[in-house]
Amino acid sequence: MAEFLLAAALVLLGTMSAGLLRVVLGPTAADRMMGAQLLGTTGIGVLLLLGFAFEVPALADVALIFGLLAAVAVVAFTRRRIETEAD
Amino acid sequence: MHWLLQVASGALIAAGVFFFIAGTIGLLRLPDLFTRLHALTKADNLGLGLIILGLLPWAPDLLAALKLVLIWLLVLLSGATGTHLIAKRALRRDGEDPG
Repeated sequence: MAEFLLAAALVLLGTMSAGLLRVVLGPTAADRMMGAQLLGTTGIGVLLLLGFAFEVPALADVALIFGLLAAVAVVAFTRRRIETEAD
Repeated sequence: MHWLLQVASGALIAAGVFFFIAGTIGLLRLPDLFTRLHALTKADNLGLGLIILGLLPWAPDLLAALKLVLIWLLVLLSGATGTHLIAKRALRRDGEDPG
């Protein structure tokens, strides 16, 4: 079973690197931000799979924190731009 | 661990990975920003949700299972609000990007 989880984590890692292509190519900053958000979510998936493959329960907390950071990053991206327009 | 449960969790995880792949391909190939947003959240919520659903039977105790569901809810909320923020910002062009 652990091998299956590791194989799934490997495939997710592949999709993560493919998602980075959008960060490079993205015409607008919003596309780059979406690439970063997809990276975050895929990272959570990989962390959870590895956590259960290696019987390391702490990785679930790491995934939780990672999810928080990804959420904050998106909000910071959109809020910051609007602030600079104001002043 | 009943073998049927193992097969079910394996199938769920495979479906989750499939949705991640579909979301990433959608993010790369779709022409417009808003269609990419659609593909992005598809991968987020559904892919991760299925993976977590597949991992639930492996959770050692109830607390770990609840933590997994909490992670999924957090990703649901942050994905939805983040996507709305990005879409609103792109729609009103109130950021500086010309897109």
